[in-house]
Amino acid sequence: MNRHLLSTGDLTRDDAELILETAEELRSLADRPIKKLPALRGRTVVNLFFEDSTRTRISFEAAAKRLSADVINFAAKGSSLSKGESLKDTALTLEAMGADAVVIRHWASGAPHLLANSGWVRSSVVNAGDGTHEHPTQALLDAFTMWRHLGNLDGRRIAIVGDVLHSRVARSNALLLRTLGAEVTLVAPPTLLPVGVESWDAETSYDLDSVLPKSDAVMMLRVQRERMNAAFFPTQREYSRRYGLDARRMAMLQDHTLVMHPGPMIRGMEITADVADSDRSVIVEQVTNGVAVRMAVLYLLLSGNESETGRTTDAGPTEATTDTDGAQS
Amino acid sequence: MPADTTAPSGSGRTVLDARDISRALTRIAHEILERNKGAADLVLLGIPSRGVPLARRIAAKIDAVEGVDIPVGSLDVTMYRDDLRMRPARTLMPTDIPPGGIDGKTVVLVDDVLFSGRTIRAALDAMNDIGRPRSVRLAVLVDRGHRELPIRADFVGKNLPTSLVEKVAVRLEEFDGSDAVMISGGSAEGEESA
Repeated sequence: MNRHLLSTGDLTRDDAELILETAEELRSLADRPIKKLPALRGRTVVNLFFEDSTRTRISFEAAAKRLSADVINFAAKGSSLSKGESLKDTALTLEAMGADAVVIRHWASGAPHLLANSGWVRSSVVNAGDGTHEHPTQALLDAFTMWRHLGNLDGRRIAIVGDVLHSRVARSNALLLRTLGAEVTLVAPPTLLPVGVESWDAETSYDLDSVLPKSDAVMMLRVQRERMNAAFFPTQREYSRRYGLDARRMAMLQDHTLVMHPGPMIRGMEITADVADSDRSVIVEQVTNGVAVRMAVLYLLLSGNESETGRTTDAGPTEATTDTDGAQS
Repeated sequence: MPADTTAPSGSGRTVLDARDISRALTRIAHEILERNKGAADLVLLGIPSRGVPLARRIAAKIDAVEGVDIPVGSLDVTMYRDDLRMRPARTLMPTDIPPGGIDGKTVVLVDDVLFSGRTIRAALDAMNDIGRPRSVRLAVLVDRGHRELPIRADFVGKNLPTSLVEKVAVRLEEFDGSDAVMISGGSAEGEESA
């Protein structure tokens, strides 16, 4: 594994399967009286959140704490970040405090790459969502949930439905699911598909009804109104009718098909309440699995890198980076 | 054990064959029962990977003697190792605690080779987070010496004096297709032992 987790595109199939298998072993921890393992004792994980997020931050915090790491939450509101400090100065501060891992959520696509490859910090960087680019741990937990229910994902058909344009979850999922051998179909109105989607190695469709019967899992995406600066569809009602998952559409699914949603979901918009609360819905399980997957990621990135790959010997460019200038050392 | 000093390098020399292993496990099963005065409240926990099938085999032998099906589980100690941060991340193995738990039980830890004792220390820590057994005992197929911690086994299949540069390999039907304990290395090879 690389020292950072910036994109699911960086993961080989072996890496991805190692994360899923590790998460499977860590999942049983939730059933034990003492939900703690000593693996990252004395390590510091900083949650650096430039954008509001409740579930991702709590999930990372729970994951780090269950591995006995010390957690520092650094949110944009009410901190030096809201006073105009640059990412570089924040990073230098974190470095001076001795962070071993930085979990970063940023509104700008590429901010985690910058942090990881700039040389400002020596810690591992985990992308917890950057702009409309990627959200790798969400994709890993989605894949983990599917893998637990469907087994091997080779040849499985996964439909990703909704606001693909603004969704970092869709991109990370499409990349990871391809790596794991699944076939991905993106279903969205033409206005909500990104430019260059042809290069994603995924099918696209404008017609949800034709995709549903052959899908093994249907992942509904939230319509991200906060990122919409133009009219992408005429009315909410029309969007719901054409791209929302309701009881009628759920009846078209195969018996084993999963209904997923990365959350937060808007009931009545992309998914109706009866679908979200149905037996096929694994939305709550996705949250549980999120903690196990993030534990696996932190464990695999942090344990053992003290003398081997990272901290003490990283004067030269790391194996993860190909685009740094290399003139530093 | 004949004092065979000319160990062929590479393949190694067999010190226990399948029948020896079976006899050693039978004796361990009897010793566990004798020490425990029966099979009441016994739980066997194997340390992955090879401790787990050994625990199952001992349980089967206890069943054959006493007619009692005692609970068997596995206990992964990876996260509790003291060398965790010195090595690349290790793959986790399953931890599977029998439904009755271990509180108030007599837990017998089962491992293939007892060497530095560090794995057993980690196992004791791991068990601490799962419950509070009434007592903990240790059964190993091979004790090769060179302890680095004050730990000893209660039930030993075979005491095997080794030098630090030798390698002891336990092969089991479940993983390797056949049962054998091999010793290799020795002074010829400068290879570090496991």
